[in-house]
Amino acid sequence: MPVIEIANLVKRYGELTAVNGVSLEINEGEVFALLGPNGAGKSTVVEILEGHRDRTSGDVSVLGLDPGKAGAEYRDQIGIVLQSSGIEDELSVLEALDVYGASYSTRRDPMEVLELVGLADRAQDRVSQLSGGQQRRIDLALGIIGTPKVLFLDEPTTGFDPSARRQSWELIDGLRDLGTTILLTTHYMDEAQHLADRVGVIVGGEIAVIGTPAELMDATGDTVVRFQVPHGANTDGLRPLGAVVEGIAVSCRTATPTKTLHELTSWALAQGVELFDLTVSRPSLEDVYLQLAVSDAQPSPAPDMPETRGQQ
Amino acid sequence: MSPRASNVALTVVQLRYQLKIFWRTPVAAFFTLVLPLVMLVLFNALFGGGSVDTGQGEWPVRQFYTGALAAFAAVSATYTNLANTVPILRDEGILKRWRGTPLPPSVYVAGMVAMGVVVALIGVVVLLGIGVVAYDLELDAAKMPAAFVTFVVGVAAFAAMGMACAAVVPNARSAPAVANATILPLAFISNVFTPLEDPPGWLDAVGDFFPLKPFVTAFQDTLHPLTDAPAFAWGRLGWVALWGVAGAIVSVKKFRWEPSAEGASPRRRRRTPAS
Ligand SMILES: Nc1ncnc2c1ncn2[C@@H]1O[C@H](COP(=O)(O)OP(=O)(O)OP(=O)(O)O)[C@@H](O)[C@H]1O
Ligand SMILES: [Mg+2]
Repeated sequence: MPVIEIANLVKRYGELTAVNGVSLEINEGEVFALLGPNGAGKSTVVEILEGHRDRTSGDVSVLGLDPGKAGAEYRDQIGIVLQSSGIEDELSVLEALDVYGASYSTRRDPMEVLELVGLADRAQDRVSQLSGGQQRRIDLALGIIGTPKVLFLDEPTTGFDPSARRQSWELIDGLRDLGTTILLTTHYMDEAQHLADRVGVIVGGEIAVIGTPAELMDATGDTVVRFQVPHGANTDGLRPLGAVVEGIAVSCRTATPTKTLHELTSWALAQGVELFDLTVSRPSLEDVYLQLAVSDAQPSPAPDMPETRGQQ
Repeated sequence: MSPRASNVALTVVQLRYQLKIFWRTPVAAFFTLVLPLVMLVLFNALFGGGSVDTGQGEWPVRQFYTGALAAFAAVSATYTNLANTVPILRDEGILKRWRGTPLPPSVYVAGMVAMGVVVALIGVVVLLGIGVVAYDLELDAAKMPAAFVTFVVGVAAFAAMGMACAAVVPNARSAPAVANATILPLAFISNVFTPLEDPPGWLDAVGDFFPLKPFVTAFQDTLHPLTDAPAFAWGRLGWVALWGVAGAIVSVKKFRWEPSAEGASPRRRRRTPAS
């Protein structure tokens, strides 16, 4: 049963059409990842669903309610982690959870939530004393303090160190097991691949492709051969074979892996070089994504540089 | 699933936390509470010797100042305080975060306003206390109901005007300028920083038009030894209340929860890692 239904959603900011006819259904208990380059319209879609922004046209329903008109009963059932928003610096972490949690009918225990996001030992510290990534974990804690049925996560793990990211993946997996429906945006393909039941790539305000990570990766049927050559090796002969050379890293996307491997190893033997770290795999989600996003003539997405106001 | 907490209970929670935040912001506490106190001591040391007649008969300047600065502290705690604080909360995305919770917006605003009123009450009590102890101010019990009502009408109106100011200023950076530019010049022509004896007619008229002087003089009258109890200045209070209603209408119509596009503060950007 779809919990989130979006039909022909359009959002214009003056002249700019940020979202151009997006339709999407997300089922109960599903984790859906929205991917796309900077400025593609991800936050706009998510914030319309959260009730933060109005829409130009189209139909939107979450939990059977129209977020554009819904009030406290709606917000009681959802959890929001915005791409960027402040917290009262003067409060301690625990106080922030206490005051923000006060208005939910199904509020979790603040200490339990801090345990989940790995901040239990910082409960008494002022919000201002925490690092950027730690403050981001408070955002996540505030998103789940009300035991939401639907959770919106706009780049929730940006700024996390690798272990914090793993920990939040576990947290999100745990929420999924409890039946929470989750819509998340991310620039990290491994995150989408790990967490998402389905993935949608949005480019220029339109959905470019939608499916399970496996479906997207299998869609082309291609195989990718990767290896490294020694420094200084003459790689001129590789390009005619369809390989992409970046420094010493070589990758070759092919529909005929046996033939390609044969050609590549022949080249290596003739040159007398070894193919280090040789792998043969199907394209990663990132390969698929880059192909879609880059072909749209957008600047290539920079995973470590999320939106700042400067790029508007 | 338990029912959500009542609006009254939630307002109390909000008030408690807003006060906590206020006390943990030393600058705010200094400007709203310590500064009027410093001014009281300073003005009295400089000009406190004589007596003055601002319309109700002669009374000591030091008592005039006690009432004037008590009223001014109440205005700082509501108008100036809210007009400065709310745009910062908005630009940092804190208002937007609150908007995403089930807390009714009216409860959030009520908590903010109540915080201003409590701080105002503390300011007035402290300043009047000092007046009684140090400057021979005599509080007439028969006029205290009028003092209280004047206080309530004043803080309600100035809080509403503070919210209106917060609603119309473009961003947090311009908020202090707008708040100060609106209140400080008025303070000079409203019997706050200087007693006005026979001011030019136009200055009198300007002062009477804006809400600060009607409030300050209405409050002073409840402390003046020569006014008759109960000392309600209904006309001036009505005028102040009218300004308050106008402020409330503007704030309801213009209030924004979203950060202004051009006003995003460094703090907001800090939350995403620097690139
Ligand atoms: N409040 C606004 N006013 C005007 N234009 C806006 C506003 N918010 C977003 N836009 C524009 O709409 C487009 C989509 O923005 P959006 O924030 O939805 O992108 P995004 O996919 O979330 O990008 P990112 O990955 O950088 O977060 C951008 O071109 C942006 O400049
Ligand atoms: Mg975004």
